[in-house]
Amino acid sequence: MPKIKLSQRTIEIVKEICLSFENNEGELINVLHEAQHKLGYLPAEVQELIAHELNMSIAKVYGVVTFYSFFNMLPQGEFPISVCMGTACYVRGAEQILHEIKRQLNIEVGQSTPDGKFSLNCLRCVGACGLAPVVMVGEKVYGRVAPQQIRKIIAEYQEGCVRPEKHEM
Amino acid sequence: MADYKMHLLVCGGTGCNASDSEQIRDNLLTEVEKHDLNDEVQVVMTGCFGFCEKGPIVKILPDNTFYVQVKPEDASTIVEEHLIKGRKVERLLYKDPENNEPISDSKHMEFYKKQVRIALRNCGFINPENIDEYIARDGYAALAKCLGERTPQQVIDEIKLSGQRGRGGGGFPTGLKWEITSKSVADQKYVVCNADEGDPGAFMDRSILEGDPHSVIEAMAICGYCTGSTKGLVYIRAEYPLAIQRLKTAIKQAREYGLLGDEIFGTPFSFDITLRYGAGAFVCGEETALIHSMEGLRGEPTFKPPFPSESGYLGKPTTVNNVETLASIPVIINKGAAFFNSIGTAKSKGTKVFALAGKINNVGLIEVPMGTTLREVIFDIGGGIKGGKKFKAVQTGGPSGGCLTNSFLDTPIDYDNLISAGSMMGSGGMIVMDEDDCMVSIAKFYLEFTLDESCGKCTPCRIGNKRLFEILDKITKGLGTEEDLSRLRSLCKVIKDTSLCGLGQTSPNPILSTLDNFYDEYLAHVKEHKCPAGQCKSLVKYTINHDKCTGCTLCFRNCPVGAIAGEKRAPHTIDNSICIKCGVCYDKCKFDAISVS
Ligand SMILES: Cc1cc2nc3c(=O)[nH]c(=O)nc-3n(C[C@H](O)[C@H](O)[C@H](O)COP(=O)(O)O)c2cc1C
Ligand code: SF4
Ligand code: SF4
Ligand code: SF4
Ligand code: FES
Ligand code: FES
Repeated sequence: MPKIKLSQRTIEIVKEICLSFENNEGELINVLHEAQHKLGYLPAEVQELIAHELNMSIAKVYGVVTFYSFFNMLPQGEFPISVCMGTACYVRGAEQILHEIKRQLNIEVGQSTPDGKFSLNCLRCVGACGLAPVVMVGEKVYGRVAPQQIRKIIAEYQEGCVRPEKHEM
Repeated sequence: MADYKMHLLVCGGTGCNASDSEQIRDNLLTEVEKHDLNDEVQVVMTGCFGFCEKGPIVKILPDNTFYVQVKPEDASTIVEEHLIKGRKVERLLYKDPENNEPISDSKHMEFYKKQVRIALRNCGFINPENIDEYIARDGYAALAKCLGERTPQQVIDEIKLSGQRGRGGGGFPTGLKWEITSKSVADQKYVVCNADEGDPGAFMDRSILEGDPHSVIEAMAICGYCTGSTKGLVYIRAEYPLAIQRLKTAIKQAREYGLLGDEIFGTPFSFDITLRYGAGAFVCGEETALIHSMEGLRGEPTFKPPFPSESGYLGKPTTVNNVETLASIPVIINKGAAFFNSIGTAKSKGTKVFALAGKINNVGLIEVPMGTTLREVIFDIGGGIKGGKKFKAVQTGGPSGGCLTNSFLDTPIDYDNLISAGSMMGSGGMIVMDEDDCMVSIAKFYLEFTLDESCGKCTPCRIGNKRLFEILDKITKGLGTEEDLSRLRSLCKVIKDTSLCGLGQTSPNPILSTLDNFYDEYLAHVKEHKCPAGQCKSLVKYTINHDKCTGCTLCFRNCPVGAIAGEKRAPHTIDNSICIKCGVCYDKCKFDAISVS
């Protein structure tokens, strides 16, 4: 993967986050949550910086980032799509939904579309099992989704929606 | 609190929230204001009512009217008709499926009749973001009673007497657990609330935290008093933003009221709570893994003993309890151990919350006395199977549990009965399946989950589950043999016996229980290479009926892999060596000419 050079601003943000947890090694997971929240994802360079600030090995930070599925090392699409693969959604046809999204966007789980608009992930139970099967685009929850609706949902986002505020690396 | 004549309770649980319940609340507020009813009518956003299937729910007090599937545009009708003219809006009432009669008061609905609400007592009744409403319903009275009138040991004895067992899955007696921590000697001890809720398809703990966060806070403080801990931590999934926000608000309010912090109720007891976030790892629900995760490490389980009660967070004695376990504690203190003990079966006391989901009419959150039968839960409360299909199985205990059939329907639900039936209580997920579900695929689904979530620390779980998955995958593709079935069994046994933590020890359960209860279905896959439920893609075949095909070419133009051939206006054919069984042609054909077998 090509190295990215972090902007001065990004470095400041990460340092501030670490400091707000008193550069305490035990707070690593909270630091990572906060950093991902502010930056969108956690590239290797950000992990290196965090390791440095918390005075721990890069391997340890990397080990934690890769252990937890919530942390991303790759940038998410502008509109991250998550398909619930919890049991309730599975028995109500989540697989067909996932299949249809993959077909429409022509990407696999974990990938983004070339234009960076959409990324596709699975998650496990968002707690709205009554609406199964469930798909989330960003924070918005779509319930009782049928494969035929996918095209319409994607189209909603394809045309000029406002980009959520995210800081650039 | 102001003296309102009427309260409009709008469900703010995750399910209803996803169906625009916030907009409903806003519209109701606007309407109330428009008609100058601000001083008489209060609009409140509550937690989940449980009846998510028919959400969004709006309930009106004091007349207990229960409106279902409300839309934002219904707000004006509700205010003008119900509030002003005093006429119920009939079209929004729940209709009894038996006779289509509208039912206005939820307590007459089959869904609620058999329920007994202890852990969920306040969900759907109070505004979770207003501590006064919790207090008005006996909130923090239990904490006051403990601090003011009882010694820690007396409280522990009361909990022991109640027979309460942990609701996180293990069923360990809660009073005993507290006693062990209380007897451990250390300069610092901790109380941890396990809100990781990893079982996919379960949302009990989330709903309690969203609907009644103070009940958990109060119980943690009581636990702190009993065990001699001054610090509490809630380990909660980052995927639960609404629950996190409600919990944060509740903690802040409790501090403002002096119910958390230094010298609570003017006694020497001090206690405060902070939050820790999970990051999407199922194994972190296991208590030792959870503790490591809170310490900022990878969430890998470690061998027990030592148990967290003796050596837990940062090596200090730590009581880990599940959300639902905690939510029941204030009731045990307020109403007494005898009350709790009078509900349930010989060895499982009190009530249990279940998240009822899958192919069932009334998906939702329910709380029933231990000892209620599966039949009562699925057919009376759950309203039976969706679309009039046949009941096939019910899965309890999530990835650690098993699938139970018809023959277990009259089993009273408790910890021990479910284990002897080959499943387990788990945290309360209950997924109902119908005739269209393939049990081999279900077992494979759970194995895929386990595989994903195994932390990889020990070999039987890391590699053994992978092998199990491969065999199941082979079977669902029609490539399995009868020997594979016995291989599955023996491998399951090894994994069960040799894995380090509960995840590996229970991961074979979905396979074992389906092998026991649906052996015929496995046999059909390996002997006849057929999937009786028609779910395994590789085993289905699409064919075009030449008598019905008009040669419209629609399927030909839509097949993504070019598996269909045929001339215009002449019958088409599918080449099964190319077909990927996507089903597109089947959906597209307007002449019903394509069949699946
Ligand atoms: C793989 C695994 C996952 C678990 N997940 C949870 C969970 O999500 N929530 C929970 O409360 N307990 C979970 N437990 C049980 C906890 O280890 C622990 O027993 C429980 O939190 C204790 O609380 P209780 O006594 O109140 O039930 C899990 C156990 C295992 C082995
Ligand atoms: S049984 Fe599985 S999850 Fe548990 S410690 Fe071993 S590898 Fe990790
Ligand atoms: S869509 Fe149906 S009718 Fe049309 S060509 Fe295909 S099979 Fe024949
Ligand atoms: S099922 Fe899909 S791949 Fe097979 S013939 Fe029909 S459209 Fe083509
Ligand atoms: S399983 Fe999908 S929302 Fe619960
Ligand atoms: S979320 Fe509204 S009733 Fe459950």
